Amino acid sequence: MNDFTYHAPTSLDEALAALRGGGDGAKLIAGGHSLLPVMKLNLAAPTDLVSLAGVPGLGDIADGGDSVTVSAMCSHAQVAGSAVVQARIPALAAMADGIGDAQVRNAGTIGGSVAHNDPAADYPAACVALGATIVTDRREVHADEFFQGMFATALADDEVVTAVRFPVPARAAYAKFANPASKYAVAGVMVADGAAGVRVAVTGASGDGVFRVAEMEAALGTSFSGDAVAGIAVSSDGMLSDTAAGADYRAHLVTVMAKRAVEACG
Amino acid sequence: MSANGSGIGASVKRKEDTRFLTGRGRYTDDINLPGQLYGYILRSPVAHANIGGIDTSAAAAAPGVHAIFTGSDMEGVGGIPTGWLIHSKDGSPMVEPAHPALALGKVRYVGDCVAIVVAETREQAKEAANLVDVDYRDLPAVASIEAAEANGAAQVFDEAPGNVCYDWEVGDRAATDAAFENAAHVVSIDVVNNRLVPNAIEPRAAIANFDPATSEYTLYTTSQNPHLVRLLLGAFVLGLPEHKLRIVAPDVGGGFGSKIPHYAEEAILTWTAGRLGRPVKWTCERIDAFKSDTHGRDHISTAKLALDADGKFLGLHVTTKANLGAYLSTFATCVPTYLYGILFAGPYTTPAVYCEVKSFFTNTVPVDALRGAGRPEATYLLERLVDKAAHELGMDRVEIRRKNFVREFPYQTPVALQYDQGDYDATLDLALDASDWAGFEARRAESAARGKLRGIGISTFIEACGIAPSAVVGSLGARAGLYESGSVRVHPTGSVSVFTGTHSHGQGHETTFAQIVSDMLGVDFDAVDVVHGDSAKIPFGMGTYGSRSLAVGGTAIYLAVEKVIEKGRKIAAHLLEASVEDIEFENGSFTVAGTDRSKSLGEVALTAYVPHNYPEGLEPGLEETAFYDPLNFTFPAGTHVAEVEVDPETGEVEVVAVTGADDVGRIINPMIVDGQLHGGLAHGIGQALLEECLYQDDGQLQTGSYLDYTMPRAADLPSFSINHNTTLCTHNPLGVKGVGEVGSIGVPPAVINAVIDALRPLGVNDMAMPATSQRVWQAIQQAQG
Repeated sequence: MNDFTYHAPTSLDEALAALRGGGDGAKLIAGGHSLLPVMKLNLAAPTDLVSLAGVPGLGDIADGGDSVTVSAMCSHAQVAGSAVVQARIPALAAMADGIGDAQVRNAGTIGGSVAHNDPAADYPAACVALGATIVTDRREVHADEFFQGMFATALADDEVVTAVRFPVPARAAYAKFANPASKYAVAGVMVADGAAGVRVAVTGASGDGVFRVAEMEAALGTSFSGDAVAGIAVSSDGMLSDTAAGADYRAHLVTVMAKRAVEACG
Repeated sequence: MSANGSGIGASVKRKEDTRFLTGRGRYTDDINLPGQLYGYILRSPVAHANIGGIDTSAAAAAPGVHAIFTGSDMEGVGGIPTGWLIHSKDGSPMVEPAHPALALGKVRYVGDCVAIVVAETREQAKEAANLVDVDYRDLPAVASIEAAEANGAAQVFDEAPGNVCYDWEVGDRAATDAAFENAAHVVSIDVVNNRLVPNAIEPRAAIANFDPATSEYTLYTTSQNPHLVRLLLGAFVLGLPEHKLRIVAPDVGGGFGSKIPHYAEEAILTWTAGRLGRPVKWTCERIDAFKSDTHGRDHISTAKLALDADGKFLGLHVTTKANLGAYLSTFATCVPTYLYGILFAGPYTTPAVYCEVKSFFTNTVPVDALRGAGRPEATYLLERLVDKAAHELGMDRVEIRRKNFVREFPYQTPVALQYDQGDYDATLDLALDASDWAGFEARRAESAARGKLRGIGISTFIEACGIAPSAVVGSLGARAGLYESGSVRVHPTGSVSVFTGTHSHGQGHETTFAQIVSDMLGVDFDAVDVVHGDSAKIPFGMGTYGSRSLAVGGTAIYLAVEKVIEKGRKIAAHLLEASVEDIEFENGSFTVAGTDRSKSLGEVALTAYVPHNYPEGLEPGLEETAFYDPLNFTFPAGTHVAEVEVDPETGEVEVVAVTGADDVGRIINPMIVDGQLHGGLAHGIGQALLEECLYQDDGQLQTGSYLDYTMPRAADLPSFSINHNTTLCTHNPLGVKGVGEVGSIGVPPAVINAVIDALRPLGVNDMAMPATSQRVWQAIQQAQG
């Protein structure tokens, strides 16, 4: 790991200034559970790390009636344990409760996860299926536009995610098949039935990151049942492949997890 | 011997756990010496290459760097030796290429040691290592047995044509061939025994020091056998006499075989400390442990079983190819031979057995012992084959085993071993009962109602522990003896220090051995401490592996205690003015038979050290040492039953029940024994379902971290049902056999047999380890066309 300058701003403006001051070598750090491992392997070598830990106002979860807003520095454990999330969007609480392990859930944050957009992360599927809005220091971006492929998002280099606002669905559920070693999603499917209709979002499976399955959404719009999607295969083209799961297997698991998510919606 | 609250047979809480659980263990990395420097081992990033040159100038100029040494600096220092010479079928000795501690001209696996960078801090050494410029001139690599034996394959060593180290055999080939000619049935099987990474929780570490005042070297190292390291490092590598080389293996956090070998890093560190005149410390990072700790298993086998019309085994023929990796690690060569081929009688009366093993060099991490070492590979093959035979003959899986059990002891197998004692029916019956084998179909139906496929599998097995005697293993090629030493020092006021040449790295020796001594001498358990792991304190020792510590090391201690008692009787007789023959020793007291006149052990001990009134001609002191060389292996045996549920949609396998019925000989501490069984079962289930070390064709390690290499976790395991039926070993006084490897030997075939049992209704009749969800799903797809 190379040397770097650590910044501990106490306001969003200070954080933005530090981020801009560090130029190309500057990176934000929230929980650090994605960034630190790659730094240890010298796969990333930022010159400046700007911590969001001391920035006020990034740790709240707010009930907005027809939506729930989760601030960027909320840990996965906080989301999983939130009475608001559990009451309004239990599928989101359950999803957060299934991320990694207890240590990851206590340190990793929602803001870090969506900004990083790991193709095997869980949150992108939740954001897209629930039709969430990602709130930054300067604008609001719908999840559909926010996630732009593996490790790519709509964020500008000096832009900070401050919150994610989730519309409350009528029903939703997440089903994940986890890599046995890393516990990252091999195929994670969030199904949500809400104001924007039925949405099916898949994470972990594709090299392009989170994607929706239009055929399943249409089928569920007609008949919201596991059987409606059980026979819908997704193509293995573009699917990730590793020692635990090849592309064909992943594609198959997408269908199985979609079916299970629908059935879990009750 | 009488069981008391802390004696033999009591589940005493482990002495060592207080320090482990309160963070007061003292591991190698906890040791810091004044003036120490840090070494970083630069490893090859490529599997096979000539080294065109190494430019260390930039690294040498980096902050804090004291020295950089490469292979050419160590040229002339002895290579890393191997501990067992195997002869091929034709009588020729195995190919034994040189293993320079630092690569000399060529690297042979990803992880091969190329240079040591020594700096003021660990970080400086690592950063500087990035600046070492090595000119690797890539050569084609062979990363698997298949690649190594292919026509025109790249050669790992010029002196090993076809990459063959040896082509070995055991058993009577002609008799076995004849058995097949007369067989009513022949059943064949092909199996792969998956390569594993050992993953001890404590990474390897070492700190070496040279004291110019005494010309003594001291090496603290994460070893399962410090005396063996001293022997190999001193006599073969550095040319140092034993009295000038002290090896200390302090608290060690797990070994599983991976800390048996004498490693290149130990030689590099010790040599470097001598060159620099300052202590040098090295701690392996986990990512480097994956590519430098010896790996385990990695066999490809084909076997056939000859049976008569009634299902009686007539003959067994096994052909195995074993991967030894890039260099011969300390016990690499004996694991697939003398710890493997001689196991193939199993618990069965098969009259003719023949096993041939061809071992290959490859451009992979050296392979050595891993929990069970050869015996899991043999048991897996045999128990898969027996299950397949039952299926093909339409016989019951239990009955075919029962029909072939050995029942008369001692039993001479056709592959060298002689079983002294056992009761295989008893453990089988116990396992069937405890697992409710008879009630399985109802559970299968219940699972089916939930959409799951349930299966049950069984494995009946023997193992061979405490490899011995020395004369025999020496005749088979071992370059060391396999005895053990034990010393018992009764202090003047009656407390006791016990010195053992075995080494505890999780086994609980400090407790188990103290129980034996406390029980025999009638002193408080808390008054007995066990000392191990330091060549300056222990007379000699061969360390801990192969489940040998209790059977061999415990017996040495037992014999030393007997000597103490014998000497005590002489002292007591003198004090009591009686004849030695009339002195009885019980519960810590020497008593004149038939009287109430007695002296306590404490009184006798004090007299031994303050010999004012003392037997004429008797040496003062009360300390005895015994060396014990066993007459035979010990033969634990048992039956393991595994029950699984398969999710046919995803291929996921859940182990829902595991029942062990084991005969491990006399049990000193039931809690420790059950803990060893639990650990071994977890290890075995890991091999069966989760763990698989994979290389790319170019020799890059694919499963090089916990992102890709799956270790068993608590959530992957059911609550184990552990049951015991004990027969006593006939040739050691405690009647003990060994337990550390039982689970990893017995359970893998039970799990795979259960998976196959679950999938048979779908037409799946074979399954490779590990039975990952993807592999199971693919098998289902294939079967359903």
